[in-house]
Amino acid sequence: MSAKLIQGNEAVVYGAIKAGLKFFAGYPITPSTEIAEMCARDLPKVGGVFIQMEDEISSIAACIGASLGGFRAMSATSGPGFSLMQENIGYAIMAEVSVIIVNVQRMGPSTGIATAPSQSDYMQVRWGTHGDHPMVSFAPFSVEECFTEVVRAFYWSERISSVVVLLLDEVVAHMREGIDIDNIKDVVQIPERGPFPEEKEGYRPYRVEIDKGAKLPPLGTGYRFNVTGLVHDELGFPVENPEKTEFLIKRLHNKVDAVEDEITSYDERYTEDAEVIVISYGSVARSSLRAVRELRKNNVRVGFFRPITVWPFPSKRVRELSKNVKNIIVAEMSMGQMVLEVRRSIVENCNVTLIQGIKGELITPDIIYNTVNEVISK
Amino acid sequence: MIGELVKRYLRMDRLPHMWCPGCGHGIALGALLRAFDRVKIDKDRTVILSGIGCASRVVGYLDFSTVHTTHGRALAFATGLRLVRDDVKVIVIMGDGDALAIGGNHFIHACRRNIDITAIVLNNQIYGMTGGQSSPTTPQSMLSTTTPYGNFARAFDFCNLAIGAGATYVARATTYHVSLMTELYASAIKHHGFSFVETFTQCPVNYGRRNKFPDPASMLKYMKDISVPFKVAQNMGSDELQGKIVIGELIKEKEDVELNKVVRERIMKFRGGAQ
Ligand SMILES: Cc1ncc(C[n+]2csc(CCOP(=O)(O)OP(=O)(O)O)c2C)c(N)n1
Ligand code: SF4
Repeated sequence: MSAKLIQGNEAVVYGAIKAGLKFFAGYPITPSTEIAEMCARDLPKVGGVFIQMEDEISSIAACIGASLGGFRAMSATSGPGFSLMQENIGYAIMAEVSVIIVNVQRMGPSTGIATAPSQSDYMQVRWGTHGDHPMVSFAPFSVEECFTEVVRAFYWSERISSVVVLLLDEVVAHMREGIDIDNIKDVVQIPERGPFPEEKEGYRPYRVEIDKGAKLPPLGTGYRFNVTGLVHDELGFPVENPEKTEFLIKRLHNKVDAVEDEITSYDERYTEDAEVIVISYGSVARSSLRAVRELRKNNVRVGFFRPITVWPFPSKRVRELSKNVKNIIVAEMSMGQMVLEVRRSIVENCNVTLIQGIKGELITPDIIYNTVNEVISK
Repeated sequence: MIGELVKRYLRMDRLPHMWCPGCGHGIALGALLRAFDRVKIDKDRTVILSGIGCASRVVGYLDFSTVHTTHGRALAFATGLRLVRDDVKVIVIMGDGDALAIGGNHFIHACRRNIDITAIVLNNQIYGMTGGQSSPTTPQSMLSTTTPYGNFARAFDFCNLAIGAGATYVARATTYHVSLMTELYASAIKHHGFSFVETFTQCPVNYGRRNKFPDPASMLKYMKDISVPFKVAQNMGSDELQGKIVIGELIKEKEDVELNKVVRERIMKFRGGAQ
């Protein structure tokens, strides 16, 4: 096949099917609806099932059910729907069920502006569900990356046996680019679940080392364990024992910490001689890249850094970079959320300037261009 | 005989159970075990899900693949599971608050979709687990911790709701009518499509105590007195049926259409008939 002009949302579906998606449950919401519509059309062709549920609460619940049944499952939503999913996101984390949630960020709070882009769910992705928990999230900035990152989301979701959020914004979701899906390189192969022991009696799915994810065989295949959102023991039965509780909560975090270096990915350009670095993700990073290239033409020593893995935030690399520059500029379509992670990561004598985008429109390259010039001339 | 069934279907190491003395949930569990025996259920090919509440704790004791989900959402979890796995029986056990308050929307849509799931609701007309707050099935004027002057709202009729929403098997029993309960559970499990059995049960601790039932036995007797078998109810006027509950099979559609089948058949078409 040759290159085709497709949308970010479409690329997500192509990628998900490539990754072995077999179940999609969702509820329509702008700007993520195309994902549901395409799944409705294309999933049956590969032997998968699509269902439109009564709301987003049941959508993620159905996905968890399908995943427990042994099939790769995904839902897609935006702001209000993502808020409704939070309780069951916590359930999937606690019960260690792999499931993919695509959140196409739009302007909030509440119904906000349905068609306006935003990046103000950044912290919600991390902390939206209650309780101590880890979170993994990837944020593509191009149509091709929508494809590759959803595949990577499935890969990691299977490996850590948990939720992974693919974080888009309205611009990335609706933007069209020409991509040749059949010739995308470096698409990761996703491991099958298991192997599971032949002896099914007394199998303990949660009996794993302190830095590993649970190993859940499909339900109804002879392994008669219990799955619960309560604190549980190795068999999945509720316990209120302090040691077991501590072990479980630590393990849920450790299993992500242990692979953090492997999960972390970012796009870094022009940083070697940079005096100032622009940090942004998703669609805003496209504006940043444009601004940085223009500035470079004028011999401004500006660098570009874009987290692709937005959670865990690539703190180590940002800290390294902060040692060699006096200024970091963070541009994001929010009052300032990722900037908090940047501030947490950097060394003391590096300044951070924030470009806020709260108008419901993309931050343009010239705003970034001008801000870099201002910061440098100070 | 029940001793044998207990050993066959329960996780012996999880016992004793957490229910209060006199609680009706255990009676319903007993009937369920008998129904399992009657339909010769395959423990390895059956998944039992529940929500949150005293009733939902039942999954912890059943020696099957079990999923204790979130409050009210068990049917939604079950829908996803059943759609991808037509090789397993899926049974969902819920409380009345679980299935009708927080889970009400999922309940009506599960009825409408008619996916092959058996839903059993243990209706004790109160929130047992959280200590006796009113539920959507608490009768008018009755007392609970959140209706200390009497419940002003009317109670839902669970079965009529299920029928209206399109469930293809709807039945009702009480913990007084153990053999009827067993029979209904068994036919619900055998039914293809969405089957629903409401079971009136007693919560002596959080409902009975506040509402002038001196002991569990008086609650059972009350359930006996207000129950009218479906056939008898057919010849009774609505005045006569005031304050009564109709028990037995209320609806049993023979037609064997369920959503799974329709979905599967379409998929097979795409694949040109090959699996
Ligand atoms: C989202 C959410 N809200 C509230 C609760 C607290 N809660 C636990 S059980 C329950 C009610 C249980 O009543 P019912 O479903 O009738 O079952 P019973 O305990 O009477 O068997 C409530 C409100 C919860 N677990 N989750
Ligand atoms: S509180 Fe009520 S429903 Fe819960 S176990 Fe006790 S008697 Fe049963």
